[in-house]
Amino acid sequence: MIECRNLSKIYRNGDNETVALSGATFSVVDGEFLAIMGPSGSGKSTLMNILGLLDSPSGGRYILDGKDISKYSEDELADIRIRKIGFVFQSFNLLPRTSVIRNVMLPLVYEGVPRSGRRALAEAALRAVEFPEDRWEHLSNQLSGGQMQRVAIARALVNNPSLVFADEPTGNLDTKTGERVMAALRKLNREKGHTIILITHESEIAGYADRIITIRDGGIVSDLQNTAVHTV
Amino acid sequence: MLFSDIILETYIALTTNKARSGLTMLGIVIGIGSVIAMIAVGQGAQQSVQSRIQSIGSNLLMIRPGFARSPGQNVSQGQGSSTSLTLEDAEAIRADVPSLGAVAPSVAGNYQVIAGGSNTRTSVTGTLPAYMNVRNISIESGSFFTDLHDARRSKVAVIGPDVRDELFPEGEEVAGKKIRIKGIDFTVLGVTESKGGSGMDNSDDVIYVPLSTAIQYLTGTESISMISVTVADQEQMDAASAAIRELLLERHDIADSSSADFRIMNQADIVETASSVTETFTLLLGAVAGISLLVGGIGIMNMMLTTVTERTREIGLRKAIGAKRRDISRQFLSESVALTFLGGVVGVVAGWGAAALLTRFGGVATSVSGISVVLAFGVSAVIGIIFGYYPARRAARLNPIEALRYE
Ligand SMILES: Nc1ncnc2c1ncn2[C@@H]1O[C@H](COP(=O)(O)OP(=O)(O)OP(=O)(O)O)[C@@H](O)[C@H]1O
Ligand SMILES: [Mg+2]
Repeated sequence: MIECRNLSKIYRNGDNETVALSGATFSVVDGEFLAIMGPSGSGKSTLMNILGLLDSPSGGRYILDGKDISKYSEDELADIRIRKIGFVFQSFNLLPRTSVIRNVMLPLVYEGVPRSGRRALAEAALRAVEFPEDRWEHLSNQLSGGQMQRVAIARALVNNPSLVFADEPTGNLDTKTGERVMAALRKLNREKGHTIILITHESEIAGYADRIITIRDGGIVSDLQNTAVHTV
Repeated sequence: MLFSDIILETYIALTTNKARSGLTMLGIVIGIGSVIAMIAVGQGAQQSVQSRIQSIGSNLLMIRPGFARSPGQNVSQGQGSSTSLTLEDAEAIRADVPSLGAVAPSVAGNYQVIAGGSNTRTSVTGTLPAYMNVRNISIESGSFFTDLHDARRSKVAVIGPDVRDELFPEGEEVAGKKIRIKGIDFTVLGVTESKGGSGMDNSDDVIYVPLSTAIQYLTGTESISMISVTVADQEQMDAASAAIRELLLERHDIADSSSADFRIMNQADIVETASSVTETFTLLLGAVAGISLLVGGIGIMNMMLTTVTERTREIGLRKAIGAKRRDISRQFLSESVALTFLGGVVGVVAGWGAAALLTRFGGVATSVSGISVVLAFGVSAVIGIIFGYYPARRAARLNPIEALRYE
């Protein structure tokens, strides 16, 4: 359960102030599939970073599962992230010179999952995103953009998070693969009840979500239920 | 994060850039290696000084001529070059000072010595048989000269083992052989037992001849270079020393004891001086080596800071996923400790090797002590922690979002 009240974020660089987010108020219930839409630079990634406990808001309140996150220390936030949250970053952020399988296992390392259990979980996550098995041992910097994206998604799903953030997860995929990835997220939401927050600027992709929030210049301009959800 | 994960991450990180890890480690290898080697040299010197002093004999007082000093001035050079001590002084000491064991006056000089085809330049001591007791000299083969030899001014000599090795072929019986000192033939009576000294004050590289023989044929003056005296009881050392001082001042007609024309040294003073010198020496060598260790540590810090900067995005990602501060700082600390510890292991072996080489080819006495090895390991690990701490903390404190945006 996510509750935001009047969230704002102002970046200061010397005398320069950029208002990336202002007065965002909304809530997300567990099991929802939400898309956040908006043009480039509108504040989508900024909002995701705050909701994903990576960044703190400049103003307003953010309550996650009934607790005000401003009260937590950095390490406590890290602990919530490792247990509850999965990220697919806009720019993948895979570990360079490291094999695909090790990249996917990384969250399990920090979660303290015993060595023996890690590989099976990582393999399951890679299969879920249909990553070709013969490339599991390849180094991450030897992959195509689309392959990297799928590794990033597998990594986000590997610790079975109840809240998944995906920042442009289909940005580097062809339509067909993009559809499969969306289907996988859809399935995760429908079958396991995970909350999914999807960030995109394509209405086609946003169409998979139950609800679409549109932001422009850091402010919410619309918050609508999607009546014509894509069926797969 | 499991311990085995940290080890694995460390292994991967260090082997990714082998050249850099190797060179950084080399700094620690050189630092630890030189600490081990230098302390070995220092302690070797300390031990050889101590064993040499022990071999001179305990309860020993040595009276040497010295220039008359004016008060406040500390000039006391020129052993044997002043004529202030005489044979009569030695006799007077033997006769008048109570509680003495043996009294042995001696003269010394360096002369050319020839035997057969070999020739060498060595120190010749003219003295009395009492010198054997005073200086703990024992005979390996043959015999020492007697008072009769001295009374007759016999041209006989007792040689040290180094002199024998220098002048005679190995295994040859030397008693009865002739050696030529300063152009005068002497008959060898015996060889003294080795005391294992080295360097300038080597008691194995000496020739002993009767005192009156030396005065007549070698030095040509009546003055004595040293009077060695043993005191019967260790407790009496100070009293004996004071009595000798008083006697000699009176005999030399000196009223003020601060302008005495002789010096009395006792074993304890010498041990103290010598060991304080070698201690300072060890400390100095250790300090020089310590500086190179410090430089090695700074190398580690430099490398770790570079690594942290290079891997900023990676750190950001790890933190975003859920790594805690301590996971990150442990990972980097483990890298620097692994570097310094491995460097320490190699450094100890290298330092040990260097000390062995110095002993073998440089003739320098060395002694690698267990303590210095344990200390080196400890110090190298501590250096890893100290110089790795700041970079690791810097990594751990990175803001994940800023780190992910880092180019
Ligand atoms: N660290 C920062 N310092 C200063 N300004 C920033 C910083 N991060 C983001 N901004 C600014 O905040 C605004 C919102 O950025 P954000 O990354 O959230 O956009 P976005 O909606 O994700 O865009 P895109 O679709 O291109 O990814 C932009 O104007 C951007 O320049
Ligand atoms: Mg963005």
